[in-house]
Amino acid sequence: MQNNTKSGVRTLTMAQAIAEAIGQEMERDSSVFVMGEDIGKYGGIFSATTGLLDRFGPERIMETPISETAFMGAAVGAAAEGLRPIAELMFVDFFGVCFDQIYNHMAKNSYMSGGALKLPVVITTGIGGGYNDAAQHSQCLYASFAHMPGLKVVVPSNAYDAKGLMVQAIRDDNPVVFCYHKGIMGLSWMSYFEGSTNAVPEEAYAIPFGESRIVREGRDVTIVTLSQMVQKAAIAAEQLAQEGISVEVLDLRTIVPLDRAGVLASVAKTGRVLIADEDYLSFGLSGEIAALVAEHLDTIQLRAPVKRLAVPDVPIPFSRPLEQAVIPQVDAIADAVRALVRAEPIHQLQQGAQA
Amino acid sequence: MQPTREHLLWMYEKMIEIREYEETMAKVYLEGKLPPKIQKGLAFDIGAGPVPGEMHLAAGQEPVAVGVCAHLGNDDSVVGAHRSHHFAIAKGVPLDAMTAEMFGKDTGLGRGKGGHMHLFHVPTKFSCSGIVGASAPQACGAALAARKLGKDWVAIAFFGEGAANQGAFHEALNLAAVWKLPVVFVCEDNKYGISVEKSVSTSVASNAVRGAAYGMPGVLVERNDAVEVYAAAGAAIARARRGEGPTLIEVKTDRYFGHFQGDPETYRPKGESAALRQDDPIVRLGARLRAEGLIDDAQDRDLRLKASARVEAAFAFGRNSPYPDPQDALKHVFAD
Repeated sequence: MQNNTKSGVRTLTMAQAIAEAIGQEMERDSSVFVMGEDIGKYGGIFSATTGLLDRFGPERIMETPISETAFMGAAVGAAAEGLRPIAELMFVDFFGVCFDQIYNHMAKNSYMSGGALKLPVVITTGIGGGYNDAAQHSQCLYASFAHMPGLKVVVPSNAYDAKGLMVQAIRDDNPVVFCYHKGIMGLSWMSYFEGSTNAVPEEAYAIPFGESRIVREGRDVTIVTLSQMVQKAAIAAEQLAQEGISVEVLDLRTIVPLDRAGVLASVAKTGRVLIADEDYLSFGLSGEIAALVAEHLDTIQLRAPVKRLAVPDVPIPFSRPLEQAVIPQVDAIADAVRALVRAEPIHQLQQGAQA
Repeated sequence: MQPTREHLLWMYEKMIEIREYEETMAKVYLEGKLPPKIQKGLAFDIGAGPVPGEMHLAAGQEPVAVGVCAHLGNDDSVVGAHRSHHFAIAKGVPLDAMTAEMFGKDTGLGRGKGGHMHLFHVPTKFSCSGIVGASAPQACGAALAARKLGKDWVAIAFFGEGAANQGAFHEALNLAAVWKLPVVFVCEDNKYGISVEKSVSTSVASNAVRGAAYGMPGVLVERNDAVEVYAAAGAAIARARRGEGPTLIEVKTDRYFGHFQGDPETYRPKGESAALRQDDPIVRLGARLRAEGLIDDAQDRDLRLKASARVEAAFAFGRNSPYPDPQDALKHVFAD
């Protein structure tokens, strides 16, 4: 959890990058403030607000009671008055207790006012499993927010992106749900993927929403993914390269807005697509991407059917082998890619079906 | 706190305007819905007519709106509930655009995207919600903003007695108390949460006592009277402006119509509404104004004619305004 200097380049953990972005925006704009549970002295349970209380004091870094409906509603009310609240709700799993204020008010009031009302709120929350906290503390759920019109949804995979996307989120005039995976925050008490800690410029910069990033270029298969799964996909791609399979890894970065053109361009190039997602399989992000590709088969020549990897519609189990089994891992990603490459060309399948 | 002459006259005039508005809406709303359409088994087609959707009217509850809003300026915030016309009118939301919104017209407050339960007017800082209990947390946010901006603005959360059993209400009271926010929670006890009597749903006779649980004053206004609401609200709002924190007020008020228009009101004793109208708060305030020499019969008549003309003009505006282009349904999901 300290700044590293590798060959002269400053690197930050994702948690540090998020805290830095919030701090810089709070300095730039006095209407920005943070409220949430344990965001003060504790610095946020996942360290997304570490150090901010000392710099900005308790009037701008506000500890809340464990009353999610009250403070999410207060964020709506404060934003309607022109402030720019950042409200942290610790675990995404807890949104059920205050969803009314999120999806009936925060997401809809601007629309129902015919655009007269702006609600510049950022909700930050920890997502994801992999550390045996069981079904109430391990979900991703970003697709649930994305399903409801009126919320932008950001899911970064590394420190550089997290800072730029957080700056953009704070400056956006709309409600933004900012989901950070606990397993890539760089917490000292949780094993994590080193790729998420990377070089981060000191000055503030904004990354526009709706622009995916090609993490690694490839020719044979596109892996469309996000969040911690980006780090897993990168490891799998490295292994597959040894076998002569060239994998392109596409990090969505935001799912509302979704970079549909970026996905289609990559899939058109490789002709094969695997969607690797840590949210639930059915009715979610992987289905959305699959449908997107299906809707464009008039212009895209697929070499194999679309493949999806996601949590197979079960709550996240506690026991280590069970949890490892339901959350897609590096080996599962690599196996899925191998299967895609081995699959017969899709036009042959279609011809076979006609015969 | 006794109302000034100006406030007395303002409250009287606004109550008349609200009543005129609600009685007019009660009639207009029925256009196209009645006489009963028996075909397709429908006796009452809620989506038909010039004003579609549910309609919750507040006739009888005027004292709460005017007694509180008499103390408010443009910069104070009001968050209402699903039955909010009286609050909106008392807060100064423009009648034309408000009515056009209920007709679903492009000239409406929300360009036809909100309807009668979701009225938003940024310049007068008025909003409301179709979700029971949702107003209280949002009023806390508006009050928090006032404090952060260093203003003496207050925020009012209006809600019904049914909402006082929602978690949102209790969370918001606690938050307002621990943060000492300039917010006043105003509970309208019209005795029925939709159809359920308060005694069936609520563990206390008056929600005012619940203020004690959160360390804030709880004030019960026992009579549906504008002057009594004015006094209680004035003290609470002054306290909030002084930075001394929130207050909970409950007002015993009367709902003349059903929960929604078309509600058969089977839960209500026969003749209850008519009996309530015998002690009407507008008539009572009018008598007081005459007794105190603040108004005579001719002025009273003039005031009523003007209110009725304003209402009539608003309904004409709503009726004659154009509908939005169907393509506009896709606009305004996001602010940019």
